[in-house]
Amino acid sequence: MTEPNKVLATFQVNGEPHEVAFVPHKTLLEVLREEMTLTGTKHGCELGECGTCTVQVDGTPVLSCLVLAVDAVGKNVQTVEGLACGSDLAPLQDCMADLGAAQCGYCTPGILMAADALLKDNVRPTRDEIKEALAGNLCRCTGYLKIFEAIELAAARMRGEDAEPSKESIYGS
Amino acid sequence: MALENPNTVSPKDRDDAPWQHDKKKGELEHIGKPIRKVDARSKVSGLTQFADDLTMPRMLHMKLLRSTMAHAELAHIDTSKAAALPGVKGILTGKDMPTPFGILPVSQDEHALCPDHVRFVGDPIVAIAATEEETAWDACRLVEVDYRELRTIGSIQEAAANDEPRLHDYGVRGNVHRLENLEFGDLEDGFKRADHIREDTFWFEGNTHLPMEQHASLAHFDKDGKLTIWSSTQTPHYLHRALARVLHPLPANRIRVIATPNGGGFGGKSDPFNHEICAAKMSMLTGRPVKVALTREEVFWCHRGRHPVLMRSKIGVSKTGRITALDFHSFLDGGAYGSYGTASTFYTGALQTVTYAVENYHFRGARFFTNKAPCGPKRGHGTVQPRFAMEVQLDKVACDLNIDPAKLRLDNLAPRESVTANYLRIGSMGLAACIEKVVEGSGWNERRGKKEVTKEGRIRGLGIACSSYLSGAGLPIYWNGMPHSGVQLQLDRSGLCTVFCGSTDIGQGSDSVLGWIVGEVLGINPLDIKVVTADTDLTPVDLGSYSSRVTVMTGNAAMQAAERARDIVAKGVAKKLEIPAVRVVFAEGRVFDAEDPDTGMTFQEAVGVAEAQVGTIGTVGSYTPPKSAAKFRGGGVGPSPSYSYSATVVEVEVDPETGIYSVPKVWMAHDIGRALNAAVAMGQIEGSIYMGLGEAMMEEMAYRDRSHKGKRVFLHKIPSMLEYKSPSALEMPDCVTYVVEEPDKNGPFGAKEVGQGPLLPIMPAVANAVFDAVGVRVDENPISFEKVFAAIQAKNEGKDPRYGPAGDETGIPDVNFGESLKIKTPWQGGDGTAWNEPKRTKKAKK
Amino acid sequence: MLRLPPFTYHTPKNAVDAVRIAKEYGREAMYVAGGTDLYPNMKRRHQTPAQVISLRDVPELHSMEVLEDGRLQIGAMVTLTTLEFYPHLKAHYAGFAHAVREISTPLLRNMGTIGGNLLLDTRCSYYDQSHEWRESIDFCMKSKADAICWVAPGSPRCWAVQSSDSVPIICAMEAEIELAGVDGMRTIKGDDLYQDDGIQYLTKKPEELLTKITLPAPGNWKASYLKLRRRDTYDFPVLGVGACLWFAADGTIEKANVRLGGAGSYAMPATKTEELLVGKKLTDELIAEAGAAAMKPARTMDNTDLDVYWRKKVAPIYVARALKACR
Repeated sequence: MTEPNKVLATFQVNGEPHEVAFVPHKTLLEVLREEMTLTGTKHGCELGECGTCTVQVDGTPVLSCLVLAVDAVGKNVQTVEGLACGSDLAPLQDCMADLGAAQCGYCTPGILMAADALLKDNVRPTRDEIKEALAGNLCRCTGYLKIFEAIELAAARMRGEDAEPSKESIYGS
Repeated sequence: MALENPNTVSPKDRDDAPWQHDKKKGELEHIGKPIRKVDARSKVSGLTQFADDLTMPRMLHMKLLRSTMAHAELAHIDTSKAAALPGVKGILTGKDMPTPFGILPVSQDEHALCPDHVRFVGDPIVAIAATEEETAWDACRLVEVDYRELRTIGSIQEAAANDEPRLHDYGVRGNVHRLENLEFGDLEDGFKRADHIREDTFWFEGNTHLPMEQHASLAHFDKDGKLTIWSSTQTPHYLHRALARVLHPLPANRIRVIATPNGGGFGGKSDPFNHEICAAKMSMLTGRPVKVALTREEVFWCHRGRHPVLMRSKIGVSKTGRITALDFHSFLDGGAYGSYGTASTFYTGALQTVTYAVENYHFRGARFFTNKAPCGPKRGHGTVQPRFAMEVQLDKVACDLNIDPAKLRLDNLAPRESVTANYLRIGSMGLAACIEKVVEGSGWNERRGKKEVTKEGRIRGLGIACSSYLSGAGLPIYWNGMPHSGVQLQLDRSGLCTVFCGSTDIGQGSDSVLGWIVGEVLGINPLDIKVVTADTDLTPVDLGSYSSRVTVMTGNAAMQAAERARDIVAKGVAKKLEIPAVRVVFAEGRVFDAEDPDTGMTFQEAVGVAEAQVGTIGTVGSYTPPKSAAKFRGGGVGPSPSYSYSATVVEVEVDPETGIYSVPKVWMAHDIGRALNAAVAMGQIEGSIYMGLGEAMMEEMAYRDRSHKGKRVFLHKIPSMLEYKSPSALEMPDCVTYVVEEPDKNGPFGAKEVGQGPLLPIMPAVANAVFDAVGVRVDENPISFEKVFAAIQAKNEGKDPRYGPAGDETGIPDVNFGESLKIKTPWQGGDGTAWNEPKRTKKAKK
Repeated sequence: MLRLPPFTYHTPKNAVDAVRIAKEYGREAMYVAGGTDLYPNMKRRHQTPAQVISLRDVPELHSMEVLEDGRLQIGAMVTLTTLEFYPHLKAHYAGFAHAVREISTPLLRNMGTIGGNLLLDTRCSYYDQSHEWRESIDFCMKSKADAICWVAPGSPRCWAVQSSDSVPIICAMEAEIELAGVDGMRTIKGDDLYQDDGIQYLTKKPEELLTKITLPAPGNWKASYLKLRRRDTYDFPVLGVGACLWFAADGTIEKANVRLGGAGSYAMPATKTEELLVGKKLTDELIAEAGAAAMKPARTMDNTDLDVYWRKKVAPIYVARALKACR
C-alpha cells in the first residue's frame, strides 16, 4: 500500500501552538513524542491496557495511544509537561514528590494527568473516588498508596488548607 | 571477625568516626527524615529521560524477528527479500555474533541471535534496522526461516523424563541443568526426636516482573571507534562485560554503558539481553545510532521472572512446635536458558534457616531446561517459592498441634548474632518485634478463627506469615577480590559535592541513598549534591541493582568516600581554626568548632580552605562484604552482610459459594535495621505488598500447550498488559505499615534491605487467611478463585479440603540427586566445610 | 511501539454520507467510533482497512433524548462516561447504568461509545494476540479463512466470545437498535443484531451504520447486570448476566429475559431459566432453582481468562444473584 500523504496541522498543546506534518494514521502518542519531542508522555502497551500514555484532551483524560492525532487538532491537549507553572511544580506534583509517590516514575505522567483531571472536577475526592479515577492507570512500583495520599494532600492544599502528610504516611504506624 | 579487604568499612571505624561524637546519637540531620528523593522533581515533571525517550540524528530503528517454534533447529534463513525492502539499512543473523554470553560465568549459553537452535517461542533469529520502525517490522515479515521441529520440553516432568533432545549441551545430564544436595546435621536423628512429622507438596507457578517501561536501548558506535549504549538495565557492569565478550575484539575500554533510569525493573532488567547486544552490533555495522524499543510482548519473551517450582517439604517438630528437622526438595522449571538459574536453585534452599532455627536441614534442588521464556531473578529471587511452602506448612503444623501460628513462629525464631545450620551469619534480627506489631495491630488474638460474615455473605479470615531477605549477595557473580561497590567523590570550591557511582536507580531510590549518606556525613543538603551514576565511562564499578545490595554496599562505599573527604576538609579547617581536627563538625551546611559552634565557616568556604592546602579534593570508597562462614560448595549463595525481616497479617473476605475473595487489609512490619528515609522505605514495603498480592491472587506465566496435525504449539498464553493480570488501584488494600528498626553493624547507619523482603510473606499469608476463613488449603500459588472454589467443593463433598499437587510419584519427578554433601552444623562442632566433599582446587583470583 | 497500519481517514458530516462511503469501498472500509476496540485490533493487524470512516462529525449520533412516550434514545457516539453520569439513566435504568460502569476503565469509557460497545468484536485468547503470536499458531479461522479454530479444532465455526457488557442487558431489556443503510433506516430488536458465530457475530450489513439505541420506557420491569471477571476494572467479562423481569401488580413475573454474555458467541438466552420464572413470584427458592437451570446453556470454552470449568459452575450462582438484583 502506498503511504498516505502527510497532513499539516497546528496542535494546541499545553497552551502552545505546534505546527506538525504527519501521516493521518499516527496516534496522538506518536505525534507528541516523535514530532513534538514531548517525551513526558510514556507508553507501556500501545493497546489501551496500561494507562501510561494518559493525556487530557479538552480536559478529559484519554489514552493518547488510541487517539488519532488528526482528531486532536483544534482541541486543547494537556500533557505532563504543562502541569508545572514555569519552574514551580503544581501542588499535585509537589505532593507526589514529597511522599515518594513516584518511584520509577514511568507511570507517573499518566497518573498525574488522570489525577489532575479528577481534581479539576472534584475538589474533595474521597479515597474511593480517587481509586476509581486511577482504575485505568497501572503502577507496578508503589502499590498506589503513596499516590492516593499525595492526591488527598494536594486536594487539601488546593482548597487552601494548611495540610501536612500524616505521620503514618511518612514514618509508618 | 577479621575483614580481608582493607577498603572495607568496618564497624569499628564507624564508632571512631568523629561525627559520631559531634552529632549526638539519634540526632542525625538527614538520615531518617522524609526528605525528597534527589530525582523526585524530574520524575513528577515527566522530564526523566528513559531509554526510549532518547533520539539521535540519523538514528535507525531495529526490530527482531523471533522464533515461532518452541523448539527447533534452524535449517535455513533467507533475508534477501527483507534486504531489498527500501529503507532497510542493516541485517544481522546469528553468524554475525557467534560468541555466547550469559549473566553467570557457569552458564554462557545465550546468543545475541540464535545461530542454529531456537529454544522457545520468542527466541531471536534476525535483527533488522531501518529508517522507520514500521519498515523494520515489515522487513522482518519478509524473512524466510526454515525450521526443523524438535520435540518440545514443556514442563519439569517432561524434562526429567526426556533426556533427548537436549536444550543445551551442558548441565548435569539430558535437560537437567543443576542438581544440588546439601545436608546439614543429622536428619535421621532430627526426625527421630520429632513428636510430629508432616509432609506437604506445593506448587508455585511462574510469574513475571511486568515493569511499566518496556526494555529499550540506543547504541551509538561513533567516529572515534567507541561504542556507547544507553539501556534500561539494572546491571550496566554486567552488560559491559557481555558486550566486551560478544563484540570482541572491540576492547572493553572502548565500550561505554549508560544505564538510563529504569521504568521499573524488579529483577527483569538484570541480565544482559540479546536486543542490547544486537543494537550495539547493528550500530557498528551501519555506522549509525540504532534504537531498539521492545513491544510489551517482547518484554514477556525477555522474562527472567519467577521460576515455577514444585516443592516437597517434610518437617519434624517437638510437642511444643520446635523444628527438629527439615527435609526440603525443590524442582525448578528454568525455561530455555541458564540466566541466574544456578543461584536461583541454591536460593530455594538457602534462607529457610534465617527466620527459624532449624536444627537439622537437608536441601535437594534440581533445575530443568524447558522450552519456555527463560526464568531468572524476580524480587525475592528463588526464596519466594520455598517461603510460601514453609509458611503454609508451619500454619498446618500449628493447626495440627493446636498452637497459635504466631506463637509457633515466635517460639522458633533464629537467634540474633548467630550462625545457622547452613552457615549463614545472622546479625540484627527484629522478627519478634515485627510479629508482635502485626499481631497487635490486626487484632489477631481476638479476630482469628472467628469467621465473621460480612453483609455480602463473605467470610473473613486472617493469616500470618514471616520472611527474611538478603541485603546483597555476599559473593559477586564473578568471583574475584575486587570490591562490590565503588564510589568516587569530588569536592569543588563552589561547594559542590559530586558523587560518582556505578549503581543504577530503578525507582527504588538508590541515587537518593547516595545523596542522603554523603549529605549526612558532610553536613550538607542532599538535594545540593550532584549524583552521577550508572555510566561505565565515568563511574566506578558497582555490581548493579539486584539482590537488594545497594543500600548496604553502595551505602558503605559512599560513606567511606564521604568520611575520607570529610577528614581532608576537617584537617584543613582545623589548621585554619587552630583546633584539633576531631573537634571539627559538619552540619547544616557549615563546618565549625564543636566547642564553639559560632567559630567556623560555610561548607563552601571550608572546601576552599582545604583545597588551598592540599590541592584538588577527590576521594574514593569501596565495599566488599564480610567473608562467608560457609566453606562448602554451594555455600556461596545465601550469605549476606545482613538480613531484613518481615511479618505480615493479611485479612481476606471469601465468598464461600464461588471461591472469589478480596483482600481488604494488610498489616506489615519490616525490620529494616534503620530507615535512611522512612517515607521512601514505606514505598518499598507498600510496593512489595502490592506485587505480593498480584502473585498471590492472579499473576502467572501460563502457557498454551496444544497439538495439531503433529505440530505442538507451546507458547505464553497471555503476553499482554490486559491478560497478564496485575492488580489495579481498586484491588490495593488498606495497609498498616510498621517500620521496625534493629540496627545492624554491617549497614550504613545500621540500615538493611527493604526492597524485596516484604513481598515474601504475602502469598503464604493469603493462603493461611483463606484457610482461616473457609477451612481449606490451597497449596499452590497463585491462590486463584478457581482453586479456592475447588477446595471448598472438595470439603463440601467430604474429601480432603485441599487444592494442590499430588505428593506421590504422579506429582513428584523421579530424580536421583546422588550423594549429599554432608556438613556438620555449628552446634555439632562443624567448621563450615563438607566432610565428604572432594578437594577443590582453589581458583586463582583474577 | 505498536503502530497503526496506513489508511485513509474519512470524516463524513452526516450518516448518509458515512453509509455512502462505506458502501463505495465495501470490504476495504470500516467505521470507527471511539477507536478503543478497532485501533488495538488494527495495531495487531487483525484488520487493516484501507479506509477508516470516523463518525466523530456526524451530529445525529451524539444526541441523547427522552422521547414523548418515555423511551430513552441514545446516539451511537455518546461516550460511555457521558452515559454513566447521565442522571436520567441512573434514576430509571440503574441496571444498564451499572453495566456501562463495569466496562473496562474510566479512561476507556471517556473514549469508548455505546455504539462501539454494542458492536464490540468477539474475543478469544487465540485471536486477541499480536501478529507474531498468531504466526506461531499458524493463525486461527477468525484471522485466516483456511485455518482451524484452536478452541475446537474439529469445529467448522469460530467460537470467539461475545464480550461486551452492554449487550446482554440491552438484549434482555429488548432495547431497539436503529440502523442506517443505503436504503434508509430500519429498527430491530437488540437480540436480532447478533448471531451465534464468532466471526459473523452481527446480522447487519457491513455498510449499515448503527445510529441509535432506544431503551424501553420505565415501567413494570426491572433489569440487572452482573459481571464475572478477575479484577474490578480493565477486564472483559468472562460471564455477564443480563436479566430483565416484567412484573404484574401482585409481583408475579409476567415475562423474563435472561441473557448470558461471555459464555458464547452471542448473548445467549437462558431459556429454561426464563420459563421457570414466568407466572411465579421471585422467591428465594425460585431464584435458586432458576439460577441452577442456567448451568446448561452456559457454553463456556477455554478461550478467555479464568478456568472454563469454574466459569460454568459459577454461572448459575451469578444468574441467581442477577435475578435477586431484579427485586
